[in-house]
Amino acid sequence: MTDKLFILQSSPHFRDKDSVPKIMYVVIIALLPAVFASLYFFRLKAVGLYVSCLVACLATEAIFLWVRKKPLQSLGDGSAVITALLLAMTLPPTISLELAVIGSVVAIAIGKQVFGGLGYNIFNPALVGRAFLQTAFPVAMTTWFPPATLSFDTATFATPLGNLKFEEAIAQGTLTPLKDLFWGNTGGCLGETSAIALLIGAIILFSKKTIDWRIPLGIILALSVFTGIFWLANPDKYASPVFHALAGGLLIGAFFMATDMVTSPITPKGTWIYALGIGFMVGLIRLFGGFPEGVMYSILFMNTFVPLLNRYSRPKILGERRKES
Amino acid sequence: MKTKTFPHGIHPPELKNLTEEISLQPMPAPEKVMIPLLQHFGAPAKPLVQKGDEVSLGQKIGEGQGLFSASVHSSVSGKVLSVDSFHHPGGTPVPAVTIANDGQDKADTDKKEIKDPFSLSPEDIRDKIKEAGVVGLGGAAFPTAVKLSPPKDSPIDTIIINGCECEPLLTSDYRLMLEFPDEILKGAELARIATGADRIIVGIEDNKKKAFELFQEKIQDYEGEAVLLKTKYPEGAEKNLIYAILRREVPRGGLPFNVGIVVQNVGTAKAIWDAVSTGKPLFERAITVSGQSITEPKNLLVRIGTPFQTVIDFCGGLKEDGNILVMGGPMMGLTQWTPEVPVVKATSGILAWKAPAPGTEYSCINCGRCIEHCPMALVPTQLAKYVQFDKLPEAESWGILDCVECGSCQYICPSKILLVHWMRLGKNKVMSSKQKKSA
Repeated sequence: MTDKLFILQSSPHFRDKDSVPKIMYVVIIALLPAVFASLYFFRLKAVGLYVSCLVACLATEAIFLWVRKKPLQSLGDGSAVITALLLAMTLPPTISLELAVIGSVVAIAIGKQVFGGLGYNIFNPALVGRAFLQTAFPVAMTTWFPPATLSFDTATFATPLGNLKFEEAIAQGTLTPLKDLFWGNTGGCLGETSAIALLIGAIILFSKKTIDWRIPLGIILALSVFTGIFWLANPDKYASPVFHALAGGLLIGAFFMATDMVTSPITPKGTWIYALGIGFMVGLIRLFGGFPEGVMYSILFMNTFVPLLNRYSRPKILGERRKES
Repeated sequence: MKTKTFPHGIHPPELKNLTEEISLQPMPAPEKVMIPLLQHFGAPAKPLVQKGDEVSLGQKIGEGQGLFSASVHSSVSGKVLSVDSFHHPGGTPVPAVTIANDGQDKADTDKKEIKDPFSLSPEDIRDKIKEAGVVGLGGAAFPTAVKLSPPKDSPIDTIIINGCECEPLLTSDYRLMLEFPDEILKGAELARIATGADRIIVGIEDNKKKAFELFQEKIQDYEGEAVLLKTKYPEGAEKNLIYAILRREVPRGGLPFNVGIVVQNVGTAKAIWDAVSTGKPLFERAITVSGQSITEPKNLLVRIGTPFQTVIDFCGGLKEDGNILVMGGPMMGLTQWTPEVPVVKATSGILAWKAPAPGTEYSCINCGRCIEHCPMALVPTQLAKYVQFDKLPEAESWGILDCVECGSCQYICPSKILLVHWMRLGKNKVMSSKQKKSA
């Protein structure tokens, strides 16, 4: 009758058009407003850091793919680009380019590839790179300089959270105004300063349904409740929840880092525990820890629990009666 | 208007516009039919004819064996050419009766019309349904008479008539609803009598508004209602449909009768009416022939045993670019390697299109979309991993046997992982290890 050959495959035969690279590119696009904001505030210094991180991350990824005999086109999936951007965005603008390169190599090599590459890493790669730098080069990681839009004495310049923690900013009346936090006219890591830019990115992520809304909501909720209680009890000593939500790396962490699909739980219940845990930890570290900022460690800490959360938060199957099972 | 639905699920492209306005057209019987003796869930039927026999239209040619089986009838009149193994859309060849059509459509003469089918007893209704070889026409082909005989300790209160047709491209159920609403409702009424249920509920998705409005009006004469459902896949999956309409959860491993419900597809309801009122056996069914690579997409009434090729030729033939041939819908249908396979009772559609090259498969990035969309609230990615590493007890306790293979997870997976394949493999392994244990 006919010699035509037909494809034989297991159902379903329709597939959604979304794919891993597309998800990654949406994240990259969503990061761009904050990237541009940092270029505006930190000028050439920011350009140098972005370029070094991108080159170092992609090169490290390429070397690992080559050594592991994996197809090099995996470079195009965009995940290494995200790691590079996120790492650069969490570095202080004063840091030298060599350290940025070291951080990038650690992020990709130790944070991602040793686990088996995309999908298998336990910790957010960019934060692994940053944590390494923070531990190995603590001074370089905590030396700040003001954005190009502010005239400040560079020697004594501190981030809004550093000010709050070590300089008694509330009592002195030098707490960074919320307006500056919102627009990004303040000190801090490259990409974390401008809340508005990060929020524009968040809108892009939500419109494409790329991130789980439970994560940013849970983090901000837990942090607000935690810091809110202390603020209500003693507003002369503690900053308001709004200040905490806008200051430091909270927004970039809540929308772009904690939401990393690979290192966040897959079940709704697990996701809630993970998000609330991060928010609570951030509050705990900021208010009572030795560091002014705790987003990085909180996310890395909760990343550790993800496999456990996944295991113990299986959703109720349709028709399941929990008592019997 | 407010619509009902179930949690999770997906929205694949519907593509029903290709055929939804095209009326059902009886396709002329082919010169030769190949009628498989296994077209249903259960044991194959025993052949009642042999080579050289003359058979009439609707004559029983295979007798159902045991409880889970169904009889098979001739879809033409003519001469039996062979009783031999033949291609089957299920993939493995099964015994089939090949009949040369004499073009007379001579019917059995002793089939009598029944004046008032509604006065029949439940047993009589079931007997006639069984005699006519009626099986579920939604796709699973479960013997209908068995489905209408729930255990005594599970009283049935509701018959749900499934008019969802949630698979993309398919429109034959929609056409049946528009063109045979009375037959469908009468069949539903017979099913109601057979099971002792109190009411009939017809569930129709809101992309078939016209059918819904028609049924809303027609059902006034019966005890029951028509329910409008939000268009979503897999709305027509029994357990999800029951939850959408009545918020009842069929227990894990259970069947709809456990919650007092029997679900019948619209085509099955019509077949029940035909079987009981006129004694007409199930020898033809409504199918949609569609997809971008079918020259003239159509809705047809096709004789069982007609080769796919003949049906496709009747629809103007296959376009050059068609590289995938599917029986059923694009979400759960079976791919065919040859168009020589015959139409069987479970054939709801014959589809052909140009399938794109499969996308690159990435490792799972834990996005959780499969969980977000699984209508059974399973964790497909975790189940797939358990199966890959042969952790069968874990797979079972995480509910692999609850999987209905609807394909929502694999449809949505951005990593393009063959999740349903792993599910099937896992279900298979779990079932066979269970059988070994009990043996």
